Amino acid sequence: MNSKERGAAAIKEPAFGGRGDRVMSRAVFGVAVSGIIILIFILGFLVANGLPVLATNPLSQILFSAEWYPTEEPPVLGMAALIAGTLAATLLSSLLAIPAALALAVFTAEIAPRRMRNVFKVMLEMLGFLPSIVLGFIGMMLIAPWMQEHWNIASSLNLLNASILLGFLIIPVVASLSDEALAAVPIEMRDASYALGATRIETIMKVCVPSALPGITAAVLLGIMRALGETMVVLMAAGGAAIVPHLLTDPIRPLTSTIAAEMGETPVGSIHYHALFFAGLILLLMTLVINLLSLYIEKRGVKR
Amino acid sequence: MKKLFGLLTAVLFLAAATMGEAATIVMDGSTTVLPFGQAAVEQFMKENPGVKFSVSGTGTGNGFKSLADGSAQIANASRFIKDSEIQSCMAKKVYPVPFAVALDCIVPIVHKSNPVKSLTQAQLKDIYTGKTTNWKAVGGPDLPIVVVGRDTSSGTYGTWQEMILDKGGKARVTPRAQVAASSGAMLSSVSKNKNAIGYEGMGYVNKTVKGLQVDGVTASAVTARNGKYSLSRFLYMFTKGWPEGEVLDFMMFMQSDAGQKIVNGTGFVSLRELKK
Repeated sequence: MNSKERGAAAIKEPAFGGRGDRVMSRAVFGVAVSGIIILIFILGFLVANGLPVLATNPLSQILFSAEWYPTEEPPVLGMAALIAGTLAATLLSSLLAIPAALALAVFTAEIAPRRMRNVFKVMLEMLGFLPSIVLGFIGMMLIAPWMQEHWNIASSLNLLNASILLGFLIIPVVASLSDEALAAVPIEMRDASYALGATRIETIMKVCVPSALPGITAAVLLGIMRALGETMVVLMAAGGAAIVPHLLTDPIRPLTSTIAAEMGETPVGSIHYHALFFAGLILLLMTLVINLLSLYIEKRGVKR
Repeated sequence: MKKLFGLLTAVLFLAAATMGEAATIVMDGSTTVLPFGQAAVEQFMKENPGVKFSVSGTGTGNGFKSLADGSAQIANASRFIKDSEIQSCMAKKVYPVPFAVALDCIVPIVHKSNPVKSLTQAQLKDIYTGKTTNWKAVGGPDLPIVVVGRDTSSGTYGTWQEMILDKGGKARVTPRAQVAASSGAMLSSVSKNKNAIGYEGMGYVNKTVKGLQVDGVTASAVTARNGKYSLSRFLYMFTKGWPEGEVLDFMMFMQSDAGQKIVNGTGFVSLRELKK
């Protein structure tokens, strides 16, 4: 039986119905609902534990004050520096990594010979699974001393160091997913483009990339969210000073590393404890904004 | 079918009974206490086969948390328990009992190439509050000072805050201070940065960094015990209630000459001068 016949046979069978299908569909439904319930529970837990901090510290102070002294009596909880640190690291690492990742994806999907592409794919996927603590270690032991020696800066555990590492973390993710998106563009579209006399680069730029754009957008946003939520690398390599960074060489303290570093000490139910949950809530909100952005971009893409 | 059920219950009971007998004693808490705590536990288990310990180091605050929620029987601490922590323990009907097990000096550390030998407590305070920002001001080269501190879950952080920053009025550590998440991270960031200053328990200070004198006194066993070195502290193990059975045996071992020798061997200061 060749593939065409098998496809035809599959269509002839009834699409749904019968007892087996009903049981299966209920099972899937049950699993999905329980997953959603657990997610809602987690969200509720975050909100319930994060919001009490607003009773003692007004939102404006939390968002716009850069004074973070959570263990003082009473605690001073200005998260502006932490938020700025998170945004700075995410932005800089995305700027460094995403163009490179997209170029890599175009290369592996469109330009590289098949055998080379396979090697690249395996390598990218392996790099994508690189534990972030290993990367943090590299930043601390290799990049930081090198920067210190060659650049004459006060401290090499800083925004730039962390962003470079975060970049390394997200390049394989973005490249690998974008590559898949590009590879999914039907060959007929390329053939049509060549038939109309387009060159290879024109085909890639004007046909392949635009039609793979939703997938590429999703890949890019996934990469950005990975950088936003990454904890270990920034804990180890970003220096951890709670200041709003002005230079690339300023140390930063993102929300994630703050939560990781301070969760140990905080007594359950204290203001500091609630503040850390609130920081988690802010992180969640940031990812939500990015998600909505992706939805918006995809919709616009479809309209065109 | 009924027989099978009976058999199953019997097996389960047996399993539960044996599990109860070989209960492991869980020790959690300060990473500062960990080196000699671990060594002492190993020695103790060698001498008392059949006793099982599981040891982890997650920070002093975490240790008290584990003590309160019942997941640990012994909490290692590099500072005394705070009022709030006593309250959270008592709320769960856990009565924490402190045992001093060792002495430790907190030593300011700098890069090996730094010519500064000694700092006063006032100078340290100025550096950590951000008033002094150049090594020139304290007799060093013309380089910026990079202040490295510990995260707030570290007991060493609490001790430093109390001994240096809160001396003569409460003071805040400068927001420019970097944060090292562990003793190891502190050592590596100070040893790799010629501008850096940090602090570390004496047992952790090794040859990769340079320990400073405080007010002209070198940290040592002698200066810690006679009180001349101003930044010395006790290290504790807190038990869940007054210890009994194996936990009591271990506490006695920890404070015996044999246990204190282990403390000495890992670079900390034993509670008393040991007979040679």
